[in-house]
Amino acid sequence: MGETKTAGTRLTGSEILWATLEGEGVREVFGYPGGAILPAYDALRKFPIRHILVRHEQGATHMADGYARASGKVGVAIGTSGPGATNMVTGIATAMIDSVPLLCITGQVSSKVLGTDAFQEVDITGITLPVTKHNYLVTRAEDIAPVIREALMIAKAGRPGPVLVDITKDAQQASADFDFAAAAPRPHRPHPMLRAESESVLKAAEMIRAAKKPVILAGHGVIRSGAREQLTALAERMQIPVASTLLGLGGFPASHPLSLGMMGMHGEAWVNHAIQNADLLIACGMRFDDRVTGSLATYAVNAKKIHIEIDPAEINKNVKVDVALIGDLAEVLESVLPHLSARKSSAWVKEVNAMKGECAVRDIQNLPDTGHLYAAHVMHDLWRATNGKAIVATDVGQHQMWEAQYYKHEDPRTLITSGGLGTMGFALPAGIGAKVARPEKEVWVIAGDGGFQMTSPELSTIAQENLDINIAIVNNGYLGMVRQWQEFFYDKNYESSPILSPDFVKLAEAHGIPGATVRTRAEVLPAVQASRERKGPFVINFLVEKEDSVYPMIPAGKALHEMIRRPGHNPLIETAQDA
Amino acid sequence: MLHTFVALVEDKPGVLTRVASLFRRLNINIVSLTVGRSEKQGTSRMTIVSEASPTAGHRIMASLYKLENVLQVDDIGQYSSVSRELALIKVAATPQTRSHIFELAEVFRARIVDLAPESLMIEITGVESKIEGLLQVLNESEDRILEVSRTGRMVMRRGEHTSRVLDAMRVAGVETKDEAEEEIVEIAAEEQV
Ligand SMILES: Cc1ncc(C[n+]2csc(CCOP(=O)(O)OP(=O)(O)O)c2C)c(N)n1
Ligand SMILES: [Mg+2]
Repeated sequence: MGETKTAGTRLTGSEILWATLEGEGVREVFGYPGGAILPAYDALRKFPIRHILVRHEQGATHMADGYARASGKVGVAIGTSGPGATNMVTGIATAMIDSVPLLCITGQVSSKVLGTDAFQEVDITGITLPVTKHNYLVTRAEDIAPVIREALMIAKAGRPGPVLVDITKDAQQASADFDFAAAAPRPHRPHPMLRAESESVLKAAEMIRAAKKPVILAGHGVIRSGAREQLTALAERMQIPVASTLLGLGGFPASHPLSLGMMGMHGEAWVNHAIQNADLLIACGMRFDDRVTGSLATYAVNAKKIHIEIDPAEINKNVKVDVALIGDLAEVLESVLPHLSARKSSAWVKEVNAMKGECAVRDIQNLPDTGHLYAAHVMHDLWRATNGKAIVATDVGQHQMWEAQYYKHEDPRTLITSGGLGTMGFALPAGIGAKVARPEKEVWVIAGDGGFQMTSPELSTIAQENLDINIAIVNNGYLGMVRQWQEFFYDKNYESSPILSPDFVKLAEAHGIPGATVRTRAEVLPAVQASRERKGPFVINFLVEKEDSVYPMIPAGKALHEMIRRPGHNPLIETAQDA
Repeated sequence: MLHTFVALVEDKPGVLTRVASLFRRLNINIVSLTVGRSEKQGTSRMTIVSEASPTAGHRIMASLYKLENVLQVDDIGQYSSVSRELALIKVAATPQTRSHIFELAEVFRARIVDLAPESLMIEITGVESKIEGLLQVLNESEDRILEVSRTGRMVMRRGEHTSRVLDAMRVAGVETKDEAEEEIVEIAAEEQV
């Protein structure tokens, strides 16, 4: 409807909604209809926008989230009032804490009955106030275009996040003049406390030059800011090892000699030791979450800290820093780099590499087959088969940590996982969103048997849309991460953690999706290859060791170096030192 | 410690909730919050007094700025400023017992703004300690306080010594002394008449 963009065209609010989204370049939305949003659905067919019908509105928000994380664009989810809107809350909170740009559109009862407990009325702007970056209640057709445009801008600006727009039914039905250009928002006010003063830049550069044992902490900001090039320049020029947060994985190539891997609660031992022994931490777009610091009192006590961050509210929140450079990571690094000249070799890098040990020893590929199938094998083989290049959406639990440890991500936007909220049920819908955003990419969903059952109806969405998605269920018969905590901290009282599952292959078949069950190490690669070769979805049910645990593990509240290590008799090893 | 923020915000429905909700989320108690229209059309100015650790100021201010409707924030604590609160106090008093309250009001430079057969109403403006002082005296003199309504603290940064009045009074060094402040404000008010 190109002609709708001319000034002064008379349209209904519903048409204005779609025309505005179209004008903003939105081509895919994830949603579910209902009474209060029906006028919008009625107008949808006139616009070149693909609507993916989900099976639960939580799925719509996770799909929009996966879409946004995989593409860098704003993901759009749409639902009806009342239960449709409340079903979106978990997905909105998931996106909020991980700084993912979403636009969530909800229908609302007519403005005349607002506040009367009308059928399917719920105060969704009130409910989502603390879990959105901003939200709006729109009651007039003429406000729809400017609000949608502003909402999209806010979702992307600065530190991104979800924005919700609640539109009353009468606003969708009424008519108004539509002028896309005139609805342009005012430029977004940058956060007034953004500053990377030249003195601070100089001070940071001086600290980097002086440091003997520096470590870069690479977070989600590396990916959001597109700062791989600058980060690599900094690491290579000054010979600084790079540790990543869970959401930072892929920001720096795992195969790079300076890449250490994941830090924190389930980080490899050498990564956490490097941080604890460092004399300088350069935090890049990360927020010192409790899962990466362990006990704050004992966190990297000998290290000075430089914090490069776009959100001023994160400075000195958990960890007191010596220099804060507040701004876009890529830009800030650009300003620091000219003050640094290349360092040749570094005794520190050698020391850290020695902690890592010999890769070949650690490579579980070289271990003898004991007849047991471990989740680590699955991750490792998946990584091999895809060269670390696939987009992987993981759920929450042990498999999520094993994926982070054993799947070596090479590229940004290839690991899609719920970090801050740890939302089970995320993987399958997020994987769908990623595939819709990047149809040319190979996409793997990796979920536990527990989390998969939280959103498994979205298999039906995959079937309806015939999406070529590979699904790996890491089936250990337990809510594994809960069982692990019970094993370590609750005297092996496995209360309510054993979980019964349907036959996942039959479940897939019921959706017209083929699948396979894998029980042994030898079957892993062939099944993975079968799935990859097939055009269309495929489900693999990996029956793995039931009572395996993720090692190393820092118990909550303990120091980063106080790790629980894998007991020696286990055939899996985590570092060369254990061999 | 007490932190005082003055925020210029958009005058739209829900903005107060957003600000209040932020403090709730940060688990910080709001001691007082006053809000009213500002000099700029479509905006309101809020004074928010909150109890938080000494280092919390930066984070509160940074978080306030993250609210889309917040246009400007000032952490007043570090600057010299004028602080006022208005209170209405209803006290039980009969025509026979009124007179000593009139005297008290005089001392505190408060005003009687309503008289009824069994009560009267006092209006008092000043720094919080002055209002606390009057309430304390009323309590100690066994007057029965029936109702108290207080606005909470309003704060405005002082001008940068540009006021002719301030210069004339040579009071640059006495900003923190409440009584001196009151004097100046009253003189300034008189000058305008
Ligand atoms: C919605 C939600 N509910 C509960 C939890 C708590 N929780 C974290 S991990 C976990 C177990 C996950 O089990 P499963 O999906 O089988 O994965 P596994 O740990 O076995 O790999 C649970 C219950 C959560 N993260 N999210
Ligand atoms: Mg499990």
